[in-house]
Amino acid sequence: MAKTPEEEHPIKAVGWAARDSSGVLSPFKFSRRATGEKDVRFRVLYCGICHSDLHMVKNEWGTSIYPLVPGHEIVGEVTELGSRVNKVKVGDKVGVGCVVGACHSCENCNNDLEVYCPKMILSYGACYYDGTVTYGGYSDTMVADERYILRFPENMPLDAAAPLLCAGITVYSPLKYYGLAEPGKHIGVVGLGGLGHVGVKFAKAFGAKVTVISTSSSKKDEALEHLGADSFLLSSNQEQLEASLGTFDGILDTVSAMHSILPLIGLLKSHGKLVMLGAPEKPLELPVFPLLMGRKMVAGSATGGMKEIQEMIDFAAKHNITADIEVIPIDYVNKAMERLAKGDVRYRFVIDIGNSLASSN
Amino acid sequence: MAKSPEEEHPQKAFGWAARDSSGVLSPFHFSRRENGEEDVTIKILYCGVCHSDLHIVKNDWGFTRFPVVPGHEIVGVVTKTGKNVKKFKVGDRVGVGVLVGSCKKCDSCQQDLENYCPQVIFTYNSLYHDGTITYGGYSDAVVVEERYVLRFPDNLPPDAGAPLLCAGITVYSPMKYYGMTEPGKHLGVAGLGGLGHVAVKFGKAFGLRVTVISTSPKKEDEAINRLGADAFLVSSDPAKMKVAMGTMDYIIDTVSAVHALAPLLGLLKLNGKLVTLGLPDKPLELPIFPLVLGRKLVGGSDVGGMKETQEMLDFCAEHGITADIELIRMENVNMAMERLAKSDVRYRFVIDVANSLSQ
Repeated sequence: MAKTPEEEHPIKAVGWAARDSSGVLSPFKFSRRATGEKDVRFRVLYCGICHSDLHMVKNEWGTSIYPLVPGHEIVGEVTELGSRVNKVKVGDKVGVGCVVGACHSCENCNNDLEVYCPKMILSYGACYYDGTVTYGGYSDTMVADERYILRFPENMPLDAAAPLLCAGITVYSPLKYYGLAEPGKHIGVVGLGGLGHVGVKFAKAFGAKVTVISTSSSKKDEALEHLGADSFLLSSNQEQLEASLGTFDGILDTVSAMHSILPLIGLLKSHGKLVMLGAPEKPLELPVFPLLMGRKMVAGSATGGMKEIQEMIDFAAKHNITADIEVIPIDYVNKAMERLAKGDVRYRFVIDIGNSLASSN
Repeated sequence: MAKSPEEEHPQKAFGWAARDSSGVLSPFHFSRRENGEEDVTIKILYCGVCHSDLHIVKNDWGFTRFPVVPGHEIVGVVTKTGKNVKKFKVGDRVGVGVLVGSCKKCDSCQQDLENYCPQVIFTYNSLYHDGTITYGGYSDAVVVEERYVLRFPDNLPPDAGAPLLCAGITVYSPMKYYGMTEPGKHLGVAGLGGLGHVAVKFGKAFGLRVTVISTSPKKEDEAINRLGADAFLVSSDPAKMKVAMGTMDYIIDTVSAVHALAPLLGLLKLNGKLVTLGLPDKPLELPIFPLVLGRKLVGGSDVGGMKETQEMLDFCAEHGITADIELIRMENVNMAMERLAKSDVRYRFVIDVANSLSQ
């Protein structure tokens, strides 16, 4: 008796969805709920393509519900407000990130850490309060509870700001939480992709000395000349690695492929912190001796709470931090996914939804 | 041209040493340096048998220099003080733990974290400033620089208090550093041995709810009725482990054998912290997903600096915390090592050195 995606809600919507684990996306008609009292509806202008979108359309984590409309770096312009909304007004530039719901009564929710709520609801591929599946930002319109709406200042370019909603907060939050966002710290960024390049920008803005750690020497110029990193460490070069042992306060590891963390632990100073942001599917080897002898830690982080995401956007606006992007029309999305799988993008694709996804098919 | 252990220093000394990786200990004549200006000489009363002693005598970690005199949980009495010594006088009861020297200049030393000094000198099996090997507390006396000597509180029994000098600080330091001391929070202690049983006591003293996590169901009675733990979780019981998932704020993992971290990480709540203190001889497997999705951390720690070790001893004196020990005579040390290898001790052997070490 379940209604089809087109029928289950009153407001028509169009987007692109993956139908199965081939991950191929194609046009998809569905519907959005009516604007509730606390909801904000907006016309989607841009949506960033996060590597998680690629993992999800291919069901690499085994949790995907098809049809799947990805996208959790969603920005646009407010078109309608619920009667009890105070936060924004029609015409404001807003965004939605990875989370669109939580319980609002647990310890984590009360501490502005909705993302860690056991009942947290993801922007796509998750089950909403009303039992329907959430659909993400590769679509023309979005509706979300006011609490999950981020405000963008007028002077921020919306397309380049969209990736902040996932990539931005994913590096900002651990830099602060693990005490690495302080002037003079030496921070390493492993992997120069969507997360890595934004990690360099934020760490520099916090006053850190930043070293990009990569297996590709071809990224050196980019890292130093374009992104403003202070130095570049070719991790496949044994001599360079040895010369840098014990020199890092913190390392952000954005690599999701399987790799060894032993050299990274060696790069840390005593009391140093390795923060994993990419999530390899299989466990990694943890050498215990160096962890103990230097009182080092390996930790993880994923996005952040709503309050912190807003704080991050305001910080980015103040320091002119946006992502380096390649804007694409929606019908390029499958090709973009292929290129993303090979790391062939500097450094985030952003879909120009407003200009390429027609409001009605 | 190297001098023999008996000849290299001016003061005669006597202890028990392991000669090779069989790990068997036997009487050993050696010598201690002259008491320098900054040194105190300590007549050893008691010395705890730490699991590290066992690893070292058997050369499990591959860096033992034989003959080795183990022992880094030393309690004794000052018999001599150098002319610059200010903190101690003859007759004082003192302790010596895991370290006896460091560079004193680096960032770690300047921050009272001598244990993390890249040039740290351990109480035994290390190279001292003068190029000689350090010999530990399974012996009649030791000469130590004042900075590395602890004041042993009068109201702490010297025998049951000896293990605090390694086991105690090994647990206390990370509990403070990683913020595992908020009253009302839930601490899991994996492994109930020398470190584990002390972790339970500290956990209760910090006002935490404590669950012992163990593979042996027969430890439950001890854990709850004698050590005061609030609950006991058999880690080999999948159903019980499932119920306990996401319920702990902190875990102190004292297990030194290679073991799975994934189930322990699953026990942690979001933002939970796991500190691993055991030293397995191979790497452990670390699943990354739970760290990322749950903002969890896995940290290490290695004893503590001198200032913090003193603070820990004073804390124990205030809260009446000592180790649960089995006092043994020196000549029974090999049997103790065999039993320790099978975890057959509640929960630390302590050698009654002064009353049983005879030439």
